[in-house]
Amino acid sequence: MKTVNQHGWLFVLPVLLLVAFNALVPLMTVVNYSVQETFGNNQFFWVGLRWFEEILQSERFHAALGRQMLFTVTILIIEIPLGVAIALAMPRRGFWVPVCLVLMSLPLLIPWNVVGAMWNIFTLPDIGLLGYTLNNVLGIDYNMTQDPLAAWITVIVMDVWHWTSLVVLLSYAGLISIPEAYYQAAKIDGASNWSVFRHIQLPKMKRVLTIAVLLRFMDSFNIYTEPFVLTGGGPGNSTTLLSIDLVKVALGQFDLGPAAAMSLIYFAITLAVSWLFYTLMTRDDR
Amino acid sequence: MARITLDNLRHSYSANPVSTDDYALKEIDLDWTDGGAYALLGPSGCGKSTLLNIISGLLNPTSGRVLFDGKDVTALPPDRRNIAQVFQFPVIYDTMTVYDNLAFPLRNRGVDHGQIDSRVHEIATMLELTDSLSTRASHLTPDNKQKISMGRGLVRDDVNAIMFDEPLTVIDPELKWKLRSKLKELHQSIASTMIYVTHDQTEALTFADQVVVMQEGEIVQIGTPIELFERPLHTFVGHFIGSPGMNILPAELVGGAIRFLGHAVELEGPVKNNQGSLEIGIRPEYVRIGTTGIPSVIRKVADIGRRTVIEANVNDIIVNAITEDVPPEQGEEVYLEFKPSQTRLYADSWIATEVGA
Repeated sequence: MKTVNQHGWLFVLPVLLLVAFNALVPLMTVVNYSVQETFGNNQFFWVGLRWFEEILQSERFHAALGRQMLFTVTILIIEIPLGVAIALAMPRRGFWVPVCLVLMSLPLLIPWNVVGAMWNIFTLPDIGLLGYTLNNVLGIDYNMTQDPLAAWITVIVMDVWHWTSLVVLLSYAGLISIPEAYYQAAKIDGASNWSVFRHIQLPKMKRVLTIAVLLRFMDSFNIYTEPFVLTGGGPGNSTTLLSIDLVKVALGQFDLGPAAAMSLIYFAITLAVSWLFYTLMTRDDR
Repeated sequence: MARITLDNLRHSYSANPVSTDDYALKEIDLDWTDGGAYALLGPSGCGKSTLLNIISGLLNPTSGRVLFDGKDVTALPPDRRNIAQVFQFPVIYDTMTVYDNLAFPLRNRGVDHGQIDSRVHEIATMLELTDSLSTRASHLTPDNKQKISMGRGLVRDDVNAIMFDEPLTVIDPELKWKLRSKLKELHQSIASTMIYVTHDQTEALTFADQVVVMQEGEIVQIGTPIELFERPLHTFVGHFIGSPGMNILPAELVGGAIRFLGHAVELEGPVKNNQGSLEIGIRPEYVRIGTTGIPSVIRKVADIGRRTVIEANVNDIIVNAITEDVPPEQGEEVYLEFKPSQTRLYADSWIATEVGA
């Protein structure tokens, strides 16, 4: 009989412990909160699925989810094509390659709260470069602390500035892995530039673009720090995205039960969309 | 289909070529007749792919002209030269079916539907791809992918020439043989000019009517496979073609006669040039193990099937011989006989004997 070597478990034990303490235990704590009511003094009462029912019917949640979806869809529609376009325009060899790569990486290296703070100052109407220029030089009335549309545009432009580079770098990696012979063959076959993009470049970038969309979806759907620092969710509730609302419920109002239920719904949506997208994109790779 | 003429072609990859060493192609003059099967043969880095890319228009030569049927096409881009090219690694359009892959070059040129359909089916039948026409091209094996690459070249019936850049490199040996005979067959049935680049002598010699042997950016010899084998004009050709290659042995001229380590050697004919460093060239196939001749010791005996390759030492110089007879033992002392009609003299690597009467 064949004996199975069980020593492998010893080697994965440390990482299992790590994952248990930083993911499983907190997650189970959240599950625990989501089905209970607390009145302080560490007293908990079983309420079953009441919080879930309440959240799913609450208009506040619907509004935040709606804003969140609008935000995520908008930035994906802008960042993915823009990223691909920039990657296509970047040089493939020579002196400018490292220069472009470094410039592209810079926004990704800045801490998220710094990004928020930078844009906050940048857009101040009286001293910020952008805010001052728009108001006093170009004569456009711009104040994102009062105008919801201005706030939205600022949040989206900030995200595009911060994250398009990621799509660029991934697309670029996909592009430079295409052997020269493909382009030569296409030239000889008389293919147009659009054909080259449609039948060579896009298919070869499909995998990295799938990853790019997934990363951008998850990150933007969970976004908290940058809009929180920039607008604080305002003016009013106009830029209160899901995670900002969640923090308000959990820490502002200290409603642990509803906040936990909201987190789990939120988590389930992220997971479901990611799974669906990945499955669809990799379906015909078999 | 066209006659292809290369006129004084030179190419350098550096921006400011100074010496001849800066040139990947040193000076190429060639004339290929319409409908022939040609091979460019040479070791890696000899400039054969550069030459091919200049003919197809993927590269612009530093100087010189490319002519199709006497018309200067040097400045034309690849799609306007009307040529087809098959690359070393199969190039297929992953997202398309086999049918769409084959139809692609025709669709790009606005050929009408009915004609595309009949051409694609015709080519698919030739390449035995009919059964997989509706499958996605990315699902095929490497040799079938390479067949599609070839098919895209063959599908246009108006091409001036079809070029193959080491197309069988990634193919398994047994399929290599199959595809090679397929190509030969295709050439006979469609009779267009075909140019085949390879470093594999077997591929070149079986495919082509005429082989161009290149070395370091220069053409060393142009000839039929038999000519290249029987009478190499340069020691490089002798060495590069054949397995093992030609024996190139040091020679000296003593009192009007050629000697190899002191032994008199009879040549194919009169010597026309005895300047420079002299060498004797003889193919292993024409070295006989006998009872008279040059004394030597057997160093190694290798059985290669029906024949045996024998390595013999004459003093410290190795002479290869190929025999179909019962081979001698290792360490045995034997005599080597060179067949005079196949023994050539080379001066500074170029042939220096004339064919005897």
